[in-house]
Amino acid sequence: MYVAVKGGERAIENAHRLLAHARRGDQAVPEVTLDQISEQLGLAVDRTMSEGSLYDRELAALAIKQARGDLIEAIFLVRAFRATLPRFGASEPVDTGAMRVERRVSSTFKDIPGGQILGPTFDYTHRLLDPALAQGFVPEAPATAEAVTAATPRVTDILGRDGLIESSPQAEPDAPVGDLTREPLDFPADRDLRLQNLARGDEGFLLAMGYSTQRGYGRNHPFAGEIRFGEVEVEFFAEDVGFAVPLGSIELTECQMVNQFKGSATEAPCFTRGYGLAFGQSERKTMSMALVDRALRARELGEEVTAPAQDEEFVMSHSDNVQATGFVEHLKLPHYVDFQSELGLLRKLRKEFAEANDVEPMQEAAE
Amino acid sequence: MTTIAELPPGFADKVLSAQSTFRSVMDAMARPGSVQRIVPMAGTPDTMMRATAAIALTLFDHDTPLWLDARMRESSDVLKWLKFHTGAPVMQDSSVASFALIADATALPALERFALGSNEYPDRSTTIILQVESLSAGRAYELRGPGIDGTARLQAAIKPADLFERLGINEALFPRGIDVVLVADDAVVAIPRTTRLVTKGS
Amino acid sequence: MNAPAYNFAYLDEQTKRMIRRAILKAIAIPGYQVPFASREMPMPYGWGTGGVQVTAAILGPDDKLKVIDQGSDDTTNAISIRKFFAKTAGVATTTATEEATVIQTRHRIPETTLSEGQVLVYQVPIPEPLRFLEPRETETRRMHALAEYGLMHVKLYEDIARFGHIATAYAYPVKVNARYVMDPSPTPKFDNPKMDNCAALQLFGAGREKRIYAIPPYTQVVSLDFEDHPFEPYRFNAPCALCGAEKSYLDEIVTDDKGSRMFVCSDTDFCEGRQAEGHHGSLSAAPYKEKARQQEKNNG
Repeated sequence: MYVAVKGGERAIENAHRLLAHARRGDQAVPEVTLDQISEQLGLAVDRTMSEGSLYDRELAALAIKQARGDLIEAIFLVRAFRATLPRFGASEPVDTGAMRVERRVSSTFKDIPGGQILGPTFDYTHRLLDPALAQGFVPEAPATAEAVTAATPRVTDILGRDGLIESSPQAEPDAPVGDLTREPLDFPADRDLRLQNLARGDEGFLLAMGYSTQRGYGRNHPFAGEIRFGEVEVEFFAEDVGFAVPLGSIELTECQMVNQFKGSATEAPCFTRGYGLAFGQSERKTMSMALVDRALRARELGEEVTAPAQDEEFVMSHSDNVQATGFVEHLKLPHYVDFQSELGLLRKLRKEFAEANDVEPMQEAAE
Repeated sequence: MTTIAELPPGFADKVLSAQSTFRSVMDAMARPGSVQRIVPMAGTPDTMMRATAAIALTLFDHDTPLWLDARMRESSDVLKWLKFHTGAPVMQDSSVASFALIADATALPALERFALGSNEYPDRSTTIILQVESLSAGRAYELRGPGIDGTARLQAAIKPADLFERLGINEALFPRGIDVVLVADDAVVAIPRTTRLVTKGS
Repeated sequence: MNAPAYNFAYLDEQTKRMIRRAILKAIAIPGYQVPFASREMPMPYGWGTGGVQVTAAILGPDDKLKVIDQGSDDTTNAISIRKFFAKTAGVATTTATEEATVIQTRHRIPETTLSEGQVLVYQVPIPEPLRFLEPRETETRRMHALAEYGLMHVKLYEDIARFGHIATAYAYPVKVNARYVMDPSPTPKFDNPKMDNCAALQLFGAGREKRIYAIPPYTQVVSLDFEDHPFEPYRFNAPCALCGAEKSYLDEIVTDDKGSRMFVCSDTDFCEGRQAEGHHGSLSAAPYKEKARQQEKNNG
């Protein structure tokens, strides 16, 4: 006798209880706190904030804890929360030229005004597992110096003064700020929406796309003009008071790539730009983003679109890891009614094939 | 001059009133020619009928440019009320309007002057909200099209008298076109772009 | 910390307005996919976010909601979505098709004929029927604009040349109101005829792909075919093993690893209703129900 499956509700509840249990792990081990995540897994928090499109370290840390360290799941939690927040408007553009720089490197000039600042970086660490970290570890106090008061102008601005690089597009103060979380996207998309898409895009996807351009799939001759990381002020223009009000400061990483020059009979040759920006310290992300941004400008710069990274429909439709993970993982949902329809068709086709070719069909009990 | 405090109020319960109003409009759009009632009531500025006001509170916001006919625009109360309760921008150019509010149907502009959408995006078109005298008495119209089981009969006093002839552009332009919501007091009838008047012999 | 607080039916009012406007345009242009600014929902893309947003935008306190997945009210995803609305909208839920005013579905249309007071909301993964023939949105949009559907007919014709039949068993394309070719979502093609001239309003929500489309009531919906290869709905030729229904769509249940299987209604509400009315299949496990019903009658 057959009884249809019931009790799904109980099963779901029990699964969630089990998940909570697994999340906590061995209860003899102290529970991780949000401060610990925020302070000691800071780059995970940065990535969650960036791709979650919400600057809130505490919420990102909570999401990482709730997601058991699965960052795409954490990003998803942050996004779903963000979607419910009321919007008051858009901030004034942040001025990365006025950033309080903690790290800043340029690969195009040996020395630059304001200097190269190595800052906290994995670069030049030897990737040898450090057993000292497995125990309690008290790091040496960092070396300190007087804060640099000299301005740290952007390398691309220095190039721009001589006209060696294309000028940045001028902001139109009255133009509405595009937002693909509020407006459905249509193609071709303007650069503001492309950059927003890349800023929210999966770091791994952008890394692969950026890498592919370096290997010749849409090569664009990049130089890392500058990568800088530090704090900037965020201001909001409040209509009622009539001036911009400071909201606080955030940490950003910015990458400006200097790329393949352009030029024509009527236009002096100059370098072109690729741009990357992310919350927190996210160098791999911003460098990849800058490579892909430049690749996606192919149409605008009159280059032939031949490679995946130059194809805006392809890149923008597949960069979002929350969308991608949902759709890939939805394959585990039941599909038995459509599968049954496909099965029926296949059986029919096989039967006809067997008849036409005069072979004995495989015995199927149900047929 | 009316101050904001003196403006007629919006919905008492924003969430549930908007939901109920939307369902009436959705049912109207899904069943062209059928008369639907708008139940939740808000205050209405003069020249605006009760259902018009409820629809405005339900569907208008910063993202929906509006076009108002001269009668509506004349009323500073209407302008203030719309701005305060919906925030929708009022445009001079009817061809960019998401919604048009028509109080004086005799002055309804040529329909081509509204947004008709494009063949790629036929949804980017104006929905005209046209206030009429009655949706229960008057001339009988026989309608057919999607949403209608056979034909639907609508009895209404509609101006302009040649509205359905004018809506003939919908047949020629489809999928581009104009969708109309007729309003009389608390009653609404929708005439989406797929609805056709049954003419004698057709 | 910013403690979350959620609105009736979860979505904020601005989002609902945007979705409601899209629904109205979708109804006005049957079968045309209206782009909308789909929100990130608290459930994964591909798990019904489009259907959930449409349902959230139309649902009111007087509604009675039914949610099915694969025809069943008891699949985990259906339970999860039903609970979501019971929690966020406090709405009454039901498993009985006749009682529901709003039915959200994934992959099936109920067997019970729908009526005028009902809205059927489909969850749609890929709304574009031409997507697998042409991956570019810019191209498919142009094809719809020009009603240029030759590519689809070529595909169906190639199937016939290769297999002798149109090799599409689910998500079988339809033409709505003699204009737009539309994807009915991955329903088995058995369900296609139910879409035609249906008394209920049919709404389709695709969250990840950000599209809403609709079929108004009493609208012509034709499955694409050829004169010499007419559309044929598929159904396994057996009565339901539980209720004996001869015309319902069946699930295949594998009962051992030696090739034994049985076939039962995919629409669990329909099947249970028939069993309660005393219909039997060859393997009916529910005669107790009928006994209980008989006893009730005798006692009452």
